[in-house]
This record gives sequence, structure tokens and C-alpha cells, in this order.
Amino acid sequence: MYGLGIAKGMLLTLKHIFRAPTTEQYPEEALRLFPRFRGFDFAWDIERCTGCASCAKACPHGVIVIETRPGHYGKYEVVRFDINRANCMFCALCVEACPYEALHMGSARECASYAYDGLWIDRDQLVNQWYNEQIRVKERMPSSLVRPQFDAGRRSFPHIPKVGEASG
Amino acid sequence: MTTIQSQPYIVNVGPQHPSTHGVFRMRVTLDGERVIDVEPVMGYLHRSVEKLAEERTYTQCITFTDRMDYLSAMSCNFALVLAAEKLSGVPVPERAHYLRVIFAELQRIASHCMGAGQQITDAGAWQTPLLYMFREREKILDLFEMTCGERLTCNYMRIGGVSTDVPEEFLPALRTFVAEMPHHIDEYEELLVDNEIVLARFKGIGMLPPDVAINCAVTGPNLRGSGVNWDIRKVDPYGIYDRFQFDVPLGEQGDCYDRMMVRLKEMRQSVRILEQAMRDLPTGEVKTPIPLALRPPVGEAYGHVEGPRGELGFYLVSDGSPAPYRFKVRAPSFINLTALRGMVLGGTLADAIVTTGSIDIVMGEVDR
Amino acid sequence: MPSCPPGLVLCDLSGVTGALRAALAGLVPEWAILLAMALVGVLALMAFLLPSQLGTVWIERRLIARMQVRRGPNRAGPWGLLQPVADAVKVLAKEAITPAAADRWVFWTAPIVAYVPAMLTYAVLPFGPNMTFVDLHIGVLYLISVSSLSVIAVFMAGWSSSNKYSLLGAMRAVAQMISYEIPMVLSVVGVLMLAGTMQTTQIVERQIASGVWYVLLQPLGCLIFFIAGLAELNRTPTDIMEAESEIVAGYHTEYSGMKFSLFYVAEYTHALAFCGIIATLFFGGWASSPGLDLLPPWIWVLVKIYFFFLVMVWIRGTIPRLRIDQLMDFAWKFLIPLSLANVLITGVEVVLAPQGTLTLGLPMALIVILNLVLGVILLVGWAKLLSGSPRKPAATWRWQMEH
Repeated sequence: MYGLGIAKGMLLTLKHIFRAPTTEQYPEEALRLFPRFRGFDFAWDIERCTGCASCAKACPHGVIVIETRPGHYGKYEVVRFDINRANCMFCALCVEACPYEALHMGSARECASYAYDGLWIDRDQLVNQWYNEQIRVKERMPSSLVRPQFDAGRRSFPHIPKVGEASG
Repeated sequence: MTTIQSQPYIVNVGPQHPSTHGVFRMRVTLDGERVIDVEPVMGYLHRSVEKLAEERTYTQCITFTDRMDYLSAMSCNFALVLAAEKLSGVPVPERAHYLRVIFAELQRIASHCMGAGQQITDAGAWQTPLLYMFREREKILDLFEMTCGERLTCNYMRIGGVSTDVPEEFLPALRTFVAEMPHHIDEYEELLVDNEIVLARFKGIGMLPPDVAINCAVTGPNLRGSGVNWDIRKVDPYGIYDRFQFDVPLGEQGDCYDRMMVRLKEMRQSVRILEQAMRDLPTGEVKTPIPLALRPPVGEAYGHVEGPRGELGFYLVSDGSPAPYRFKVRAPSFINLTALRGMVLGGTLADAIVTTGSIDIVMGEVDR
Repeated sequence: MPSCPPGLVLCDLSGVTGALRAALAGLVPEWAILLAMALVGVLALMAFLLPSQLGTVWIERRLIARMQVRRGPNRAGPWGLLQPVADAVKVLAKEAITPAAADRWVFWTAPIVAYVPAMLTYAVLPFGPNMTFVDLHIGVLYLISVSSLSVIAVFMAGWSSSNKYSLLGAMRAVAQMISYEIPMVLSVVGVLMLAGTMQTTQIVERQIASGVWYVLLQPLGCLIFFIAGLAELNRTPTDIMEAESEIVAGYHTEYSGMKFSLFYVAEYTHALAFCGIIATLFFGGWASSPGLDLLPPWIWVLVKIYFFFLVMVWIRGTIPRLRIDQLMDFAWKFLIPLSLANVLITGVEVVLAPQGTLTLGLPMALIVILNLVLGVILLVGWAKLLSGSPRKPAATWRWQMEH
């Protein structure tokens, strides 16, 4: 009334001038990601995967392509396991669907690529990531989504450090 | 003495405009500054969600609902799983019910932060109230990320519960949030309620009489701003909403100011529901196991929720296969927009922009 | 009368000009000496203006950001100080687009017509006892007439763009700027009556001589002048000419590149000039409080100018904008009658207590308090009369209690 409402608002903005800003300086200050963040990367354990293709069936857009052939001891050998990250929605239905906990989402971000081919990730790259322990790099931690043992710190995969631990 | 001739002209408040909330186009016929006709043109964001959903299982369709009303993803998920549960009869554990309520109300607060904020930005306040509201919205989005891994496209609710249980740090963070949110809402009200310019811009603008609102099937804060007491959570309680005590704020005149105030007051009521839900949260499972490709029996079901923008409903028709035969979305923003013409005629162009902002539309669900 | 402490450099520019005149006398013809004086003045003004134009852009962005709990630009240079320079470089490298249907000559000259009057205003602003570029006897009349030239620029820009948004913006702009000229001029009349002269340096010296700044004697006049000035400057809450959320960018929608930046910088230059006018007419110009004479007078002028600029930025960050018809109502129904009443009251005061008869102390304090009280009564009373009854927003929406 008679300008007092405006004065109240202006006093509020004046107080805010002297408060610390809530924005973070992005490249210098690291973003805080939670352990369950559904990042850009996938972590696939070839020893647990049986080639059942539940993940491929669960995907809404069919971005996972799996080819298997009969292998030793009655198991399937997975010949092709491609994920088309260009069309992927990162909804993690594939992670939920896997009965053997073989597929996880990583926590990677900033994975832009100059070519479309850079967004496909194939079987060999996934295997290399796991065994060469690239998965241990802090940014490529498997997400603990739908896997409570990651939350609690109990590990089914002892060679993967806990979230927040430095890489080896 | 010759008379001055004037001619009405058409201004295209086009798909690319700083304040049409997405790609929405209005062809406005102006006589000077007065609006004499409005023709809304929609469809710039049509992605044929309803057709795509006819080829996906019900669980996969939940990911589509995130992307329709992207500012209230949890509510959209909720509506779809309600419809699918009605169709298939899958039971839901108690803890999942409470978690659903918690996330739906958190999403309501986040969406109203955005809705009220962008309304005042359309009136010209250079985003200051919007950025204050975004500060709180960031905390809510952090809570979402803590639980389901994504901030906006959550994909959290499942048929038969929710997808995962909340982590340990969720409840303390929620408690802190609920404790300090009323103070922040006080701040927003300090900035907006008595401000003379806000009153001058919003009062008496975009009037929506209650009978017109009911005839146009307007729902949500727009309907309640006109004084009609209709909230799905009270009228047809879904889930466990009948166990919570909360008030339904109503407006008096149906102008833009009332709609904004209804949104601010609903934030307070959501905080109240959150406190009760946190207090009563039981332990237990959060999901009933269902097959990967759920085949509900032949039939049809309609599941609706009180979304932040209005009544969001899904009409599902099943023919026994894993994919729905018909996936019809009752999008509240689309139906609220049909009342736009009546609200805007006779006002000025500035009022038309402010009124469009006060309906709080999201083009993702208008165009699907 | 603040005098410059000896030894303080650049306190009084007449020292420099006097020395230059003495050095050049007899060597060159008279007109060349005048040209040299003028160049010195122009250099001094540019030394103030060029950093200021960049600095105000920086201040505005950083301050509004702090109000919005974010940081402003802080990447280009330390604390983002080179951000306006980066913007200028970017703008120079842009393609100069002219719409095909635009009126080419008018389109190209509109930014110049916008920029030049903003610069011309600085000619009569006193930065110190002998530091005015040209001390016109009709200084205030010159200020008012030059600042109204910017209406032409806005209209030229809007009309020549052949774009409906621009035309809307231009029509709104012309209506607004012409309407707000009147309360601006009328509120200055009070000051002119108190000072008895239109010469800006004399106005400052009269304020110093009478010992009280005119804002204390003319509180209502200052407020009206400030609000009318905000409207003239196209600043929020009255920036409907370029209301971004409604008509994209109003009269400069079709402008890009250097032409747009001329409009942009002209707006800030105009804003600083207006702050300078307020400081001169109402806040004592270069005068400082007694006892603080250590700083040169032009520092005080700068302090006052930037103080008012900060207030304008603060207002911009907080409140939304008015609609055009509300703006017109505000000018014609509210501000003009108030400023007329102000002129009447000031006239009565000047007749009853002529210039120079009031001493500092009790009589002056009484007059100050009387003016303040009258100002408040007029404001509140007129607002009440216009609006009928005071609004009580808390009662307009009700609860439906259901448990």
C-alpha cells in the first residue's frame, strides 16, 4: 500500500546482495553427484552375463543389441553386446531387469563425442573397461541404483572401490 | 472532418518467444493494444507419445510419462501406474504408498516453484523471484537424484510400488528441507503478495468465472483460483490421500493474482502433507514383483491424479497383450488452454502474455 | 565553500586550462586556443565516460546477479571486469543485418540519434567549481530539451524496422516518454524557484551557500523527478518499450551488432547523465559534508552519480513492470497534479521566505520538516483519493477448511 509493498520487496533483495550466492563455479568446483546418479557409462561384468537379453527386452527403444552363440559347458557366449548411447534415455530399466546384476550404469558425464560412432559402445570396450579397471576411475563408478549392496558398502565386486574412494 | 481510420493487425506471438513457455504460438489480432481475437496454434512439440506407447510394455511407457510433463515427472508416473494397477490388479505395499505420496508432494512444490516463478517473470520481474524459487527447487531435485538417479526424468514409480527404496541420507535431508521450506515460502510472499505493481498487473486480469471454468473442464489451481472447491485428492482420493489432513486453498475472483496465490498456498499444504507422511512412514517392501512383460486382463481403466497443473489422467485399454491397445492421456495443460481465448479477449497484449503465464502450461503435455 | 587543498592534483581543472591558455597566448590565433580548451574538456569527459559506460554494464550485471543469489560474469578478466570489453569485441565482429523491408537510411541513423543526445547532456553538468564543459546560463533548459531528443530516436528505430513488434514498442515509447516529460520538468521548476537561476553551477553554489541541499526542501519534487526519470530512461519498472517478455525487444528487435550496442550504451549513458542531473539539482553537486574536504570535488560528484545508479539497478532487480495504460494513468493522474501542487507550495514558500533570508538552524529545520510533512500528506492523500480505498490483498482470497 502506497509503496510499502515495493519497499518490503526491495529490502529482501538488498538482504540477498550480502548473502553468498548459491551457484557453483562449474569447472573449478566439482559437481556433487549422488551415488545413484544414472550417468553416461555402462559397466558390464562379462563373467556374470549369461546372454539372457533381459536388458535388451526391457529397453524401451531397443538400444542394446545382443548376439550370442553356444559356448562351453552349456553356457552362452556373448558375441555382441552393443549399447547405442545416442538413443539411450538412461532410464535404467535394463539395470533393473538384469537378474544376475551384470549390468550397471556408471557415473560418467561430459562424454560428448565428435562423431556418432563415438556414442556406440561395444562389447570389447565394455570388457576392457571392466578388466583394465578403468571402471575404477572416480567418475566411472557404477551407479548404485537398484543395487542396495552398493549403498551399504557391501561389495559383491571387491575390486571396485567404494564411491568416493580414490582410484588405485 | 475526416474520421481517423484504424485497422486491426495480427501479431504472431510466435513459437520462439521469451515467454511462451515452450513452443506455443498465438496469433493475436490487435486493435491498438486491445486484443480482439486469439488463435492458439499448438503441435510444435508433438512426438506421438500415444502411438509409440502402443508398442511398448506398461513399464516402458512410464519413461514416456516423464517426458510429457517434464516439470512434474513424478506425478505423471504416479497417474500411469495407478491406471495400470487398476487394470491389472497388482497390489502395492504400504511403504510404497507413503513413498509415492512423499514424492508426489515434493514434485508439486518443485513444479509450483517453477509455475509461480515464471508467471511473475512474464510480468517483467527479471527472474528475481524465479531464481529464489529455483534455489528450493534445486534442493528437491537433489532429493530426487539421491533416490532415483535423475533430477527431471525420474522414472521412479513402478506398477506395484516404486522402483527402489530411499537411501539412508534421504530422510534427514527431507527433514531439513521440510523444516526450512515454510521460511522460504514466507520470503516469496514478502516479495509478491503486497507488491503494488504485482497487484496492478495481476488483479482483475484474465478473469475466469467459475461456471466457464467448469464448462471448459479446467482443473487444478486454475479452477481453484476461480473459487471452485475441486481437488482430486479430496474428491476421489487415490492411494492413501484420505489419511492425510490438508486444506485446499481457493481463490475468490479467478484472476491471475488468485491463481498465483493458490499455487503459493498449495506449497505450504504440500509441506504439511510431507510432515505427516514422514512421521507415519512404515518399513517394509517397496515393490511387488511383476513380470517383465505384464499382461493385464482385457478391459479398460482410467487413473487420475491431482497434478500440479490439474487433473492428469491416463485412460488405458488393454487387449491382453503386454502393450496397451489404447493409451490416452488427459493432459491438463491442453484442456486448460482451451479456456485461454475467453480469458484474454478484451485485454491488452501485455495482459494476454501474463494470462498465458498464469495458466502454467507445459508444452510437452499439450502436444504430447 | 569547499576550496581545494593546495597540492591536490586535478582538483580544479581551471588550473590546467589557465596554464594552457597562458602557454599558447600569442603563439596561435584565438580560435585555436578555444579549440584547445574544448579538447581538454572533451578529454576529461571521455576519461569519465568511456570507463563508465563499460563499468555500468558490469555493475548492473554483477549487482543484479548478487540479488538473484548467483554470481555475475566472472570469467573475462579479474572479477569479470573485461566482460563489457568482450561484449564490445563480439558486437563489432557481427554481421550488420538490415531487414529487407526496412527504411534503410532511417534504420541506420536511429542509433546515432539515440547516442548523441545522451552524450550532449554531459556538457552542462558541473563536476567541480570550474569543471563544467560549458557553463550555459540556461543550463537546465538545455538539459531538458536535449534529453527529449531521444524520443525521436526511439520512434525512428521502431518505424523503420517494419516489424510489428518494433512498431508496438515505438508507439508505447513515444506515449510514455512524452507523458513523463511533464512531471519531470514541473518538478525541476521548484528547484529553479528556490535557486533563482538556470545555470547549473549557480544552482550548486546556491545550495552550498544556503547550507542545505534542495532535496530536503523539495522531497516531493525529488521523488517525482526520480520516478519520471526512470520512465524517461526506459528502466524497469517502466521498461515497456523493450519489454522483453512481451514484444521481444521492442523498438530494437531488428537491431543487432554495433547498432544494437549503440542503443544499449546510450541507455546507460543517459542513465548516468540523469543521475548527474539529480546530484546537481537536488543533492548539492560537488558539495561534501563539512569536514570531509580532503577529496577533490569531482570525486563527490562521482560518488553521488554511482549511488543513484545503484539505486536504479536495485529497483530493476526487484519489481516487475507496469502496463502501458497503467503507466499513462500514473503520469497524468498522479504525478502531474502532484508536481503542480509542489510548484504551488514552493512558490508560496519563496514569497514568504525569500532567498538568503533563512539562516541555518531552527527556521531552516522547520521549513524542512514542513516540506516533508506536506510531501507525505500530498502523496498519501492524492493516492487515497484516486484509488478510493486502500487495497487489502490479504482479504481477497479465502480458505476452505476441510479436515
